[in-house]
Amino acid sequence: MASNKKYWKSEAELNPNDSIVEALRQNEFVEDIPVDEFLGDKETLESTNTNRRDFLKYVGFSTAAASLAACEGPVIKSIPYVVAPENIVPGVANYYATTIANGFDFASILIKTREGRPIKVENNKEAKVGGGANARVQASVLSLYDSTRLQGPKSGAGEDVSWAVIDAAVKSKLNSGKQIALLTQTYASPSTSRLIEEFKAANANVNHVTYDAISEEAALTAFESKYGERALADYDFENADIIVSFGADFLGDWQGGGYDSGYSKGRVPKNGKMSKHVQFEANMSLTGANADKRVPLTAQFQKVALAYLYAKLNGTSAGGEIPADAQKVLDSLIAQIRKNKSGAVVVSGIDDINVQTIVLAINEMLGSKAFDSKAPRYTRQGNVKAVQSLIADMNAGKVGTLIIDGVNPMYSLPNAAEFKTGIENVDLSVNFSTNWNETSAVSTYAAASNHYLESWGDAQIKKGHYSLMQPTIKELFDTRQFHTSVLKWMGSDKSYYDYIKETWSTFVLNGSDFNKAIHDGVFVAGSGAMMAVSEIADPVMMAASSDKEEVDEMVDEAQMMSPSISISSAVRSLANATGADGMELTLYSKVGMGDGQQANNPWLQEFPDPITRVCWDNYVTVSKADAETLGVINENVANGGLDGSYVNLTVNGVTVNNVPVIIQPGQAKGTVGLSFGYGKKEGMKSEMQTGVNAFALYQDFSTIQSVSIAKAEGNHEFACVQLHKTMMGRGDIIKETTLEIFNTKDHAEWNHVPQVSLNHQEVPATSVDLWDSFDRSIGHHFNMSIDLNACTGCGACVIACHAENNVPVVGKQEVRKSRDMHWLRIDRYYSSEESFDADNTKKDDFDGLSGDNGSLGGFGELEDPSANPQVAFQPVMCQHCNHAPCETVCPVAATSHSRQGQNHMAYNRCVGTRYCANNCPYKVRRFNWFLYNNNDEFDFHMNNDLGKMVVNPDVNVRSRGVIEKCSMCIQKTQKSILDAKRDGRPVADDEFQTACSSACSNGAIVFGDINDKESEVAELKESDRMYHLLESVGTKPNVFYHVKVRNTTEA
Amino acid sequence: MKKVTYRNQISKVLGISLVVFLLSSISLFAQDEVAAVEAAATEDTSGGDAAKGKALFNQNCAACHAMDRKMTGPALRNVEARLAEDEGLDREWLYAWIKNSPGMIKSGDSYAVKTYAEYNQAAMTAFPTLSNGDIDNILAYTAAPPPTPAVATAVAGDVASSNASGGISNEIILGALVLIFGLLVMMLFLVNKTLRRIAEANGVAVVKEDAEKRTPIWKAFAKNQFLVLCTVIFLLLGSAYFAYGWMMQVGVDQGYAPIQPIHYSHKIHAGTNKIECKYCHSSARKSKHSGIPSLNVCMNCHKSIYEYTGTEGEAPSQEDLANGYTNEFYTGEIKKLYAAVGWDEENQKYTGDTTPVEWVRIHNLPDFAYFNHSQHVEVGQIECQTCHGPVEEMEIMYQYSPLTMGWCINCHRETNVKVEGNEYYAKIHEELSKKYGVETLTAAQMGGLECGKCHY
Repeated sequence: MASNKKYWKSEAELNPNDSIVEALRQNEFVEDIPVDEFLGDKETLESTNTNRRDFLKYVGFSTAAASLAACEGPVIKSIPYVVAPENIVPGVANYYATTIANGFDFASILIKTREGRPIKVENNKEAKVGGGANARVQASVLSLYDSTRLQGPKSGAGEDVSWAVIDAAVKSKLNSGKQIALLTQTYASPSTSRLIEEFKAANANVNHVTYDAISEEAALTAFESKYGERALADYDFENADIIVSFGADFLGDWQGGGYDSGYSKGRVPKNGKMSKHVQFEANMSLTGANADKRVPLTAQFQKVALAYLYAKLNGTSAGGEIPADAQKVLDSLIAQIRKNKSGAVVVSGIDDINVQTIVLAINEMLGSKAFDSKAPRYTRQGNVKAVQSLIADMNAGKVGTLIIDGVNPMYSLPNAAEFKTGIENVDLSVNFSTNWNETSAVSTYAAASNHYLESWGDAQIKKGHYSLMQPTIKELFDTRQFHTSVLKWMGSDKSYYDYIKETWSTFVLNGSDFNKAIHDGVFVAGSGAMMAVSEIADPVMMAASSDKEEVDEMVDEAQMMSPSISISSAVRSLANATGADGMELTLYSKVGMGDGQQANNPWLQEFPDPITRVCWDNYVTVSKADAETLGVINENVANGGLDGSYVNLTVNGVTVNNVPVIIQPGQAKGTVGLSFGYGKKEGMKSEMQTGVNAFALYQDFSTIQSVSIAKAEGNHEFACVQLHKTMMGRGDIIKETTLEIFNTKDHAEWNHVPQVSLNHQEVPATSVDLWDSFDRSIGHHFNMSIDLNACTGCGACVIACHAENNVPVVGKQEVRKSRDMHWLRIDRYYSSEESFDADNTKKDDFDGLSGDNGSLGGFGELEDPSANPQVAFQPVMCQHCNHAPCETVCPVAATSHSRQGQNHMAYNRCVGTRYCANNCPYKVRRFNWFLYNNNDEFDFHMNNDLGKMVVNPDVNVRSRGVIEKCSMCIQKTQKSILDAKRDGRPVADDEFQTACSSACSNGAIVFGDINDKESEVAELKESDRMYHLLESVGTKPNVFYHVKVRNTTEA
Repeated sequence: MKKVTYRNQISKVLGISLVVFLLSSISLFAQDEVAAVEAAATEDTSGGDAAKGKALFNQNCAACHAMDRKMTGPALRNVEARLAEDEGLDREWLYAWIKNSPGMIKSGDSYAVKTYAEYNQAAMTAFPTLSNGDIDNILAYTAAPPPTPAVATAVAGDVASSNASGGISNEIILGALVLIFGLLVMMLFLVNKTLRRIAEANGVAVVKEDAEKRTPIWKAFAKNQFLVLCTVIFLLLGSAYFAYGWMMQVGVDQGYAPIQPIHYSHKIHAGTNKIECKYCHSSARKSKHSGIPSLNVCMNCHKSIYEYTGTEGEAPSQEDLANGYTNEFYTGEIKKLYAAVGWDEENQKYTGDTTPVEWVRIHNLPDFAYFNHSQHVEVGQIECQTCHGPVEEMEIMYQYSPLTMGWCINCHRETNVKVEGNEYYAKIHEELSKKYGVETLTAAQMGGLECGKCHY
């Protein structure tokens, strides 16, 4: 009976004649399933005669066909050289010394080539100046294989033309009476200077204008008026005991960059001493993050503070007021500087001639050991006034021919619109560039230029320090470098190589061997003969600069007046500096992108900014207080991504819309920051068109602008690789101490080994072992040492690792899902209180759950970084634990340990369970969620033949579904061992290198064999500062760190 | 009927064998004749021993001169007569020239200067050690009439005959065997049929009745469940065994011997001529790749070796000839090299018009396995033949070893590391041998079985 019971779902069902009820009963789904929508439109579906059976037949046939086809192995062809080049042995790398001088980055480097392909950039250790390659230089080898490069000369309309057409066009315009303008990057090149001089001599009315996208006009002018040469003072921070910086990001790109290795050497405590670094700045810069004391200060107050510093040191007084905390820091500093005048150095990044004049005056006054005005740097030569007058000339129709090389004014000029109308009034414009860019689009011809790895060239980075650029590969395309073209236009049949050789033997070498100079890549004018040599060589540079002045004479009137600006008036004007109305915007360049020349480089796009850890974007950095006022937010959303509000920035009537916001701890209140280098559109792959163009706001070539901010609609999706910003008082991740404690107390106190309980006894965690230890005292035992004091977080190692190990680029969306593939990451931590120490104390003092010292609320507070936090960087890669948690959980034994201390990963064995990644306490294992090579969904570089040329043939390209991780560059250690075996000798200590350790020009990463007791790394392992990451876990890593020591000594 | 054909076949075989025998005996006689001609030639000279001259010529002159074609220097057949006729130069001039050609050029001798200019100003090495008698011998050799035409016909005959004989030895015998087998089957069938017919005729039909009464064997089998179970297990195990065996050979290309664009015989180069492997594969000493030699390496020798003449009595062997590897065939392959490298034989010059050779790669390790030749060849001092097999006997190169991981591992387990005299190993050898208590160490004991040593 019970089974006859009837249930009603709705009242309507009581009426058996209800048509809706009937219909619903017949249909499986209440709503129609939109089958047609996902199968295509209904009509075509109906018109086709493929029925289900046919479909199954096709499936069956194609499966069978595919499996049959798969049975036969592919026939692989090997094509040897017809005539093998003498020095190429397939499988053996060759290294060539060359130089990058692209107008923004200048460095002497080595290029590793395999079978004729450049695949990696290494530091040139023989170079005393500019021998360290930063992240951009490391990545520049990939730009050589950019599939969007210009493959031949084109017309402005984008049609292919031949070089003969361009040559004919230029030649017909020479000596036409109108001005011939050369608008170029900074070359700092003796040969180029000579070439341009000769070009000027051969043709009437030639005007050479040097233009830097990010200008150092103020510093150049100040130096010129003081020392009579348009150059930049050089600093050797290794010799500085006290470094005071007013907004100078000298670990970044300040005045051409390249100062970090000297800085780092002074930062490692030796004999109880290390340099002290105080930074006054608005944006949280890389330099500020490394400072012992960082004072967030608006540019206005920085100026006042600088005037105050000068006056105090000078024994006079200056007006103006600065915030009390800054005043306190400054007073203590002044006291210290007075004690050690020559040990102090003051630098500033403020684009103000008064500031730069005073900085020079202070350093001169102090007699700073770190300050070098005698042999200055030539890495920035741009002349803003000349550029502006050229644009005026162009608009006035005075310019007949405009040749552009190495710069992209349509992108990087704040007044690009003016330039555009100007170039339309020019009869002929030729733009030399490797890629099609904004300027190419408005030029008559886009001349395809060589990449620097295909070019000849030279550079004088610092007076007396010369370097040579030699091609490491033949031109890949129908390209020609600017210099060759100029030689051709001058009717010379000399090659640019011969021209350089001639220049060098006449002016530079002073009898030394040219071939040796090419081999070394660098040439230093001998110390004895140095002055003489530089005098010989100098006329080249001097002639160039003096001629420039001649041309710019009229516009330079004001500039020539500058020497007459007395120091006192400069001080006065600084002391009276007034604040901007509204917010103060500080424009800066990121270590990953610079001026945006390599915006099309996927490695750089995916390189996380060291400070914000955001990749694939630029953004406006706002302080927490200002964010609250503006009502802008950052939030972490459910899928692990970071979202941010948009704002519109308006400077002087120019608005940049929809700039995403990052709330930046340490940003000075009342200031915002925005980086250059993004927002490029022309000639770029759609994936690479990221961010906004900050050059539009770079008015009057000043990085400091007054800006008004308005919140805009919408949310921006960031790709940020580190969401947790603080360390929550966990002092065992980054151990920190002060120089005072370091010098006076036992290391057990400041480098405490975590204790565990064994048999109810507290014992050091390192002494407890679950496993039987393997005896590693025989053979090699590799260890890596990372000195947190020497690491500035610059990220050159990250890119070097990318290049060496064929790490794939995954794209913004994937990074947002935490699927980034970096084998080596640089963690950045903020303190929640004023310092990490205060965090630790706060955590230790938690008492109970709730209440004032309760852990419930307390941990919440610890999650928020302070308004001006201490910052620490920590490079983390696979720690190669001797007791590796990953190895014990792998079901297929794909990861295993070697006697040499490396944790091996056999990709072909991995089945992708990801247990290892879960069990890794350091989170260094990366999973290939997709096939990143040969896959057009990932349109970066591994899906085209050109981009694949950068792949290192000694390392696997991993496939989908496997875990990968740092191998401690086993291909490099194995090679060093093999070389030694072949020669029948023990391996020398410096032969063992990883990509990161050899890329680190700061000496923060040292790699070697600890069983070789003489080795540097063995010595470092015995240091008191040595500790392992998460020592309490008992993993016994083969990577160890050195406690960070901060010099907080007060006067 | 069938038997008749069979008999015919035998007579055919016999007939062909006879022809072959006759032909080969003819060619033997032909060779004898050639020898006689050559012997006659040697005697027919003015004061020189052509046989000695030949040895001297091969030793001193052959690198730059050939008898009938221009090489680095001019063709030398009948050089004395030619000079006498064309230039009016006598043997004395030749003595002077051979002993000190640079001097002659310097002295401004007109013909000397002319020749020097004609041959790209490649100066001929002075041979002051050659006596006039030696030169006489050489000149006697150059003046000897060429033995070529007779040899050519003889060889041609040889080829034809050996081709025929080779054919008989393999294909025809096989064919005959198949035929015999087929006939036997047919006979069995016929006999069976005949017997049945006889039985039918006699009215006997016992067989069928029998079959109906008894349970068929397969039914009995199917009813015995134990037997079925055993058989199923056996079948499953058997098929698993074969499936495993089959699967494991997927991707193993042992014996892979693809056809190459140029028929390069390792047998001739490494075997007959005993050229050291690493002369051509030089990068095996210092690189991970053994390297396929670039064509300029070939031209080191093949500038002067422009034809293949074989080795008397050895090569080409009957077997070679049976495969079509005649002298002309090999010479043709050398011409292919010339075409690829752009060598103009006529003018002894590179034309610059090159076509790289697309060799088919034989040994393919998967990308995830790292192998370094120099480690094995130079450090381990392992013979190339250990992995590549008897290359010096391979007319066509093939993959000798399976190149599987198991094969690698086995060798690493069994092979001792060559530590003697290598400073690198000094310390580690001392320590490890103490630890394991052995004097010699295998690669495995040195850590040669670790995954990461080959997979990264």
